[in-house]
Amino acid sequence: MNDNQQAQRDAAVDELYSEAVHWHLNTGGETIHAKRIPGKWRTIKWLTSSFWIIFFLGSYLRWGGRQAVLFDIPNRQFHLFGITVLPQDFWMLSLLLLFFAILLAVVTATAGRVWCGFFCFQTVWTDVFTWLEDKLEGPPQKRRKLDKAPWDAQKFRIKATKHVLWLIIAVLTGISFVAWFYGAFELWHDLFTFQVTHTALGIILLFTAGTYVLAGFMREQACFWLCPYARIQGVMIDSTTAVPTYDFHRGEPRGRVKKGQSDKDKTIGDCVDCKQCVAVCPTGIDIRNGQQEGCIMCALCIDACDAVMEKLGRPKGLIRYESLDVLNGKEERPLYKRPRIWIYATVLLLALSGITYGLSTLDAIEIKAIHDRQPLYVLQSDGSVQNKYTLKILNKMTKDLDVRLSVSGPEGAVLVGAEKPIHTKNGDVTPHVVFVRIPRGNLTKDSLPIVFHGEATTPEGNVVKTERASVFIGPKP
Amino acid sequence: MADNNPFPGENNTGHIWDDDLRELDNPPPRWWMIAFWASIIWWVTYGILYPMWPGMKGYTKGIMGWTQIKEYQEGVKEVEAVRAKYEEKIAAMSAKDILADEELKSYTIASAKVLFGDNCAACHGGGGQGGPGFPVLADDDWLYGGKIETIVQTITGGRKGVMTAHGKILKPEEIDSLAKAVLDHKPTSDPNFTAKGCIACHGPDGKGMQVLGSANLTDAIWRFKEDDQLASIKYTITHGVNDATDPKTRVAEMPAFGKRLSKDDIKKLAVYVHELGGGQ
Repeated sequence: MNDNQQAQRDAAVDELYSEAVHWHLNTGGETIHAKRIPGKWRTIKWLTSSFWIIFFLGSYLRWGGRQAVLFDIPNRQFHLFGITVLPQDFWMLSLLLLFFAILLAVVTATAGRVWCGFFCFQTVWTDVFTWLEDKLEGPPQKRRKLDKAPWDAQKFRIKATKHVLWLIIAVLTGISFVAWFYGAFELWHDLFTFQVTHTALGIILLFTAGTYVLAGFMREQACFWLCPYARIQGVMIDSTTAVPTYDFHRGEPRGRVKKGQSDKDKTIGDCVDCKQCVAVCPTGIDIRNGQQEGCIMCALCIDACDAVMEKLGRPKGLIRYESLDVLNGKEERPLYKRPRIWIYATVLLLALSGITYGLSTLDAIEIKAIHDRQPLYVLQSDGSVQNKYTLKILNKMTKDLDVRLSVSGPEGAVLVGAEKPIHTKNGDVTPHVVFVRIPRGNLTKDSLPIVFHGEATTPEGNVVKTERASVFIGPKP
Repeated sequence: MADNNPFPGENNTGHIWDDDLRELDNPPPRWWMIAFWASIIWWVTYGILYPMWPGMKGYTKGIMGWTQIKEYQEGVKEVEAVRAKYEEKIAAMSAKDILADEELKSYTIASAKVLFGDNCAACHGGGGQGGPGFPVLADDDWLYGGKIETIVQTITGGRKGVMTAHGKILKPEEIDSLAKAVLDHKPTSDPNFTAKGCIACHGPDGKGMQVLGSANLTDAIWRFKEDDQLASIKYTITHGVNDATDPKTRVAEMPAFGKRLSKDDIKKLAVYVHELGGGQ
């Protein structure tokens, strides 16, 4: 190896290590103890987090004598206030999922990971858990000290209190979740009388364990390594997306501010390298390294930096919501000039109109006609042809209905077996076998369309109607 | 192996290729290790609770005492418990009463489907559509009657109608003329129908007699349906049905199920057949 080669090699090594600082992966080896400071975004975060109060209390809401929103899986009925949705209407669920998927996309494309930073249960529960930790154990330095301290009565008391409080929240989370499916008051009653079903108990325990482990211990690790949406959202962001960004043009080169020095004769950037932005970060990243996978865009670093800038009398917004384009001096592209927004908005609108259509046209009754397959038709003694159908009459009302059936089709079509109205139970499917007879001479083809009509009068006196197309099969004419 | 490690302090194993490609020895993430040990605990616990290890003679049984056949039998018991309340009612009721009870009727039709497939479908078809030489059960034409009590009788005791072979009694022209009249559904239009004694069994109007099981010759249903219906009618007149004196006679016998099936099963089958489409 000659000198020249050695020099080249040394240069390569230098280059290698210039990046090394970025290679540090937070694999959960040490707990992130983030500092909690007040600020605008902190307040906003509490407000958005309070969205989850609905999760805890919503199931106690009553509507017309029963739980307002109840996902009754054993009875296959979903009650949403005045509406009852049955499995037959579940195509709307796919539209609802599409709506939320695109909503996530459109929000992420315009303002970054708003879901992650402000609404996600992982973020919110972790936030509440660490808030408790902060109240009980003190600020980060004290917490680190306590973690290292030997076990004594005081440490044990503090830790035990914390874990008990965490577990209470975890159990309440499990119960609140199950309440939406079980009925809130019934669940509490059954829990205290030990009558609760094993399924419900299993799910409560699962949620308790999940909440306790994920929010208490996994925390930002869930966002780093477990959550697929964290990564998916990464690709939804582009250079026009406004996200919490460190203005490196203004901040660099960073340097410590010295006492007695005025800003007038400063030669370095605005960043004073106080590391407050790192200190407050719940995922333990440094925003000054640019946009990265660990950033859940909770904007808490904005609060931290603004507080520092205010103290120093420098303008706020060294870290602020800004797109990469604007930061690099390009003009901000308004929303309506971004094709993404238009496409997302179109899909959103389509999904929403589909759901609206679905909910507004929910039939009170529905008929499905299943043509008997063996035999397809039977010749009768009077020379007519008979087909057998099983009609599945679905009653979506909350009251029993007597459904009157009739048939229309080729001339001479007679409906047999539905002379009296069919009694149908509410929220249930009533199967009923009927026969249709048509004189053989009236059959012009071996397969002809026929339509079953169902009609019922509700207790309020409204007439509800439905119809179902089917076929009538006969011998080849 | 490089003795002087050019990349100190980064926890590499000392395996270095192409100058700077090297293997690090970082610990896996903690959550991964937790999952790893949890899987092993799961595996050991499973091995203790459930059958797992094969041996030379048999296998470890596991302390739960779980077996597949036991789980199956428990499942069957559960199903039987659900059925019991219906089965008890059916045992105490007549087929006619079952027919009148919507809920029991639905249960019977659903549960008799298997019985029908095992005992009836071979001749009468899976949907009661009949087969060559075997009557259709789904139409409204009955040799012995389509009332529920009669169907119970038919299944219990079986049926074997007899029609005398007329090949030696009638002249060929008379058979031709009778067959044509029957094909037109107007048997009485031929004077031979009365003169030669057909009315004795098929009745003066040719509509058959259910007591004897003689066919109705005026409706659109053929007992022995064939592509060449005229030839089929002639054959039946010539060789008769179940006539022991004629070796070429048509064989048509419904076996008795009274001893093969329980009373309750026969009731269920009767309800099932009644509801195929033609019950009266």
